[in-house]
Amino acid sequence: MLYISTLFEISLNSRMSKDEQILEDFTSKEYEHGWTVDLEVDEAPKGLNESVIRLISSKKNEPDWLLEWRLKAYRLWLTMEEPDWANINYHKVNYQDIIYYSAPKKKKELKSLDEVDPELRDTFKRLGISLEEQKRLTGVAVDAVIDSVSVATTFKEKLGELGIIFCSFSEAVQEHPDLIQKHLGTVVPVNDNYFSALNSAVFTDGSFCYIPKGVRCPMELSTYFRINAANTGQFERTLIVADEDSYVSYLEGCTAPQRDENQLHAAVVEIKAATKAEVKYSTVQNWYPGDKNGLGGIYNFVTKRGICAGDHSKISWTQVETGSAVTWKYPSCILKGDYSVGEFYSVAVTNNYQQADTGTKMIHIGKNTKSRIVSKGVSAGKSQNSYRGQVKVMKRAENARNFSQCDSLLMGNDCGAHTFPYIDIENSSAQVEHEATTSKIGEDQIFYCNQRGIDTEKAIALIVNGYCKEVLNQLPMEFAVEAQKLLALTLEGSVG
Amino acid sequence: MLNITNLKASVEGKEILKGINLEVKPGEVHAIMGPNGSGKSTLASVLAGREEYNVDGGEVSFNGDDLLELSPEDRAREGVFLAFQYPIEIPGVSTTNFLKTAVNQVREYRGLEALDAVSFLSIMKEKMKLVEIDQSLLSRPLNEGFSGGEKKRNEIFQMAMLAPTLAILDETDSGLDIDALRIVANGVNKLKSEKNATIVVTHYQRLLDYIVPDFVHVLYNGKIVKSGTKELAMELEEKGYDWIKEEANSVV
Repeated sequence: MLYISTLFEISLNSRMSKDEQILEDFTSKEYEHGWTVDLEVDEAPKGLNESVIRLISSKKNEPDWLLEWRLKAYRLWLTMEEPDWANINYHKVNYQDIIYYSAPKKKKELKSLDEVDPELRDTFKRLGISLEEQKRLTGVAVDAVIDSVSVATTFKEKLGELGIIFCSFSEAVQEHPDLIQKHLGTVVPVNDNYFSALNSAVFTDGSFCYIPKGVRCPMELSTYFRINAANTGQFERTLIVADEDSYVSYLEGCTAPQRDENQLHAAVVEIKAATKAEVKYSTVQNWYPGDKNGLGGIYNFVTKRGICAGDHSKISWTQVETGSAVTWKYPSCILKGDYSVGEFYSVAVTNNYQQADTGTKMIHIGKNTKSRIVSKGVSAGKSQNSYRGQVKVMKRAENARNFSQCDSLLMGNDCGAHTFPYIDIENSSAQVEHEATTSKIGEDQIFYCNQRGIDTEKAIALIVNGYCKEVLNQLPMEFAVEAQKLLALTLEGSVG
Repeated sequence: MLNITNLKASVEGKEILKGINLEVKPGEVHAIMGPNGSGKSTLASVLAGREEYNVDGGEVSFNGDDLLELSPEDRAREGVFLAFQYPIEIPGVSTTNFLKTAVNQVREYRGLEALDAVSFLSIMKEKMKLVEIDQSLLSRPLNEGFSGGEKKRNEIFQMAMLAPTLAILDETDSGLDIDALRIVANGVNKLKSEKNATIVVTHYQRLLDYIVPDFVHVLYNGKIVKSGTKELAMELEEKGYDWIKEEANSVV
């Protein structure tokens, strides 16, 4: 089997080898990515004001229009209020206490991977992202982002032959300013919400992907995000544009080192699918969830949205959320083109004191549009897990169809699962179905596994993976394998 | 192999087993019969290590080990298998995947290397014939939407894969039509050897037409009140349990 060494796998293997110890004392489980690397950090002073934004923009050598765009976003953000409607509780972020720009210092222009800072390469190795190996083994192009500056990009030439652009956002701003200017902020407008406005003002890097007309991207495009320096917010920006009749499958994985303070992660992802284009976006999120007492962890406040702009286009979101202290995230689809299709497959697992409020929005605008929502929540410990989803069928959307299934699985008696479905129909020809179930892992299920020689930890992993199967099946295979292990690890120790 | 001495057990404070004595040797088949509520399934559950049951006294040694000290999974790894009266559904997990996890955990316990997919599948193919089970059933989620017969056949298939030294069949005949009963019993018979033993827990004699026991024990009111051979089972079939009850009660 082709195996891709990603950061998840490494974290898993190192944990798996300690199986015995984990079984003895699994509740004291510490976050395995909890180390920091001393790169020569080049960072902005703490706090946010117009001069910090100008600094970011000039560091990145951006065109004037982009600086203006950022400043406009910043001024809008100042007038906005942090949303409080989600079913989450957290200490409000002090936005003046965050460092908004932090970049690993580039010693010189890099011509090849060999020239990458050795310490940085070591970081990659510890993450399990050996780029050469990836090149050789897998056919996955990785654009790795550490603290917001993209360091190395592989496979670019190969993709380039097909006219596919896959690069860091900063690079795209330099090399393809027209494309960026044309599409940036068109799916998630600057003023969409508090966090998207903040991101628009201060984003430092991210990924850009463009698939030209009629091209089927021959490999999975993959990006890793990682928060490294202390007190840095991660504000990355992803823009994926699929031109007519094209196809791309895009993967994103996230992790962050351990810190006592909460770190903010406010990303924006925009996807555009033209006529007959299909974009499949998969993510496995493993940000630091805080310790078992709820101290520290990432605030993950992310805006992800795609627009099926053309007829017969399709956008499919698959997410496996196991990390972060607080998650606020609703990957959505605007189904504008006739016969366009939106899908959302989600597994959200919370343990200890984690809180997740996640779901999707499916906005049916075009005729004969279809959407499908499959959400699987798993709550353990003292965590709270909410599904929040909206299905909106606009007046013009004749024969719109939606199917939603929201399942919750509870482990123990101290956690919570909540479902907030909003259905808003303006066209009577719509067919909308919503199914929901709540269940508990049964002791009889665990005993049945035990009786066959399977220990309780493995039994839970098996049962949870079975429960999430419909979603995991949507992931590319190598990702699915890791996601499965990740689920098991997140739930370690959750049933006595 | 198995030595049960004065075993007492209760569930939710209610005493159910009131002093069971039983010895099972390799190669033997024991049938445990008895009216409803006599404690048959409790005995099976206690031996497998089900948590809801409290052991209040007595000893169980299994191949020299104190069975009651072992966790349920370690009992399984030591070779105790329970075919469930009501097999549990695990949605989204195929029998194949479930068994692969089980077989490899058992192997790990015994210091053996994990089986790779190819060797696992070839063993599976071989065992499938024993219980005339179809591969398509094994790729479906475990017990979900299975008919009664399919569930029981699947239990015996799991038994074949795990090759236990002591198999306890808890009311394996319940819910089976005669054809399924024959298939299940054939599977059990083919798995019999000089080295392993079987305890068949049943209410009716009919299963014993197919799985012929060396010993038959009648459990009543938490105790084994009568032991005998296959003829005892025939007698029970003919006369019912009332005479046993009377006998037992008059002794008390």
